[in-house]
Amino acid sequence: MDSVTAGMGNGAWIVAALAGATLITRFLPFLLFPAGREIPKYVEYLGKTLPYATIGLLVVYCLKDVQVSGAFHGLPEMIAVSVTVGLHWWKGNSLFSIGVGTVVYMVLVQRVFV
Amino acid sequence: MRKKAALALGYAFPKTIPVMVGYLFLGTAYGILMKVNGYGIFWALAMSLFVYAGSLQYMGVTLLTAAVSPIYAFFMGLMINARHLFYGISMLGTYRDLKRFKPYLIFALTDETFSVLCSENVPRAIEREWVYLWVSVLDQCYWVLGSILGSVLGGMIVFDTKGLDFALTALFVVIFTDQWKSRRDHRPALVGVASSVACVIVFGAQAFIIPAMVVILAVLSLWYRRWENGSRKNGKEAGKNG
Repeated sequence: MDSVTAGMGNGAWIVAALAGATLITRFLPFLLFPAGREIPKYVEYLGKTLPYATIGLLVVYCLKDVQVSGAFHGLPEMIAVSVTVGLHWWKGNSLFSIGVGTVVYMVLVQRVFV
Repeated sequence: MRKKAALALGYAFPKTIPVMVGYLFLGTAYGILMKVNGYGIFWALAMSLFVYAGSLQYMGVTLLTAAVSPIYAFFMGLMINARHLFYGISMLGTYRDLKRFKPYLIFALTDETFSVLCSENVPRAIEREWVYLWVSVLDQCYWVLGSILGSVLGGMIVFDTKGLDFALTALFVVIFTDQWKSRRDHRPALVGVASSVACVIVFGAQAFIIPAMVVILAVLSLWYRRWENGSRKNGKEAGKNG
């Protein structure tokens, strides 16, 4: 019982540590460049280019565990991403593209590539 | 004021639906994962309310069960969440003149909320600060609700949800496509994808984020001088690129 209580105490500190670390990464840019101060040209430039690069990074982040050398060579992901991009290029309706893309992927991994 | 809020809610809610699907699913999975590891609803709630960072919370399950030192957990948190620095820098301009809700908006800037808001052009008739607030609040509600559901339901899921988490991938893919269509200069987007893929290959899927961020920053910085020169020589040209 004592060790369990100690474990929960440490657990609470871990939660606090994770909350603190997250607060720092989210607030730091705004603390460094508060509303009153002029944003340096270089940071302004980053603010205009980083969003594009970061979404690219997030797409890769979501697909990072796909095994190209695995049994299906990442085919379900490739198909579902292509469908999503294709639909979105054609119709431009986010919900439609995401919904159909997700259903296609679910059918692929549940029924086709098993 | 109430009318402003309602108008903004009507505008914001549809934009959060993809996040709702993804967060309810991933949040529920998180709640279940916590539960089966001996951390019930209060732990899951505390994490989803105060940490509110998906991948770090998943990692947190391992940190909790391994009973690591809080200091180790802290540095782990900084590393995994370092990408938030990019979101902050990207949103400096957008959030600059906000007043009432700014602290919460910064706190709640997750991958998904960032992805919805970073390319958002709110119509003039609607107050944008309220739109930002609703998107942020709704997204966190979905996440918290999912965590609660997962803790309560445990392993009682009735239909095959395999692959449902693709909703978040599709969300990022759609935003990538939108950005691609709306911008002539595709180099930043290509740098993001190419650096990330290269770093996954070189450093592996578990350790690629920090190296990828360094490479992205380095490449963009290399181009900065050219961009700066261009904007000095020719104002019109810079407007096109910016």
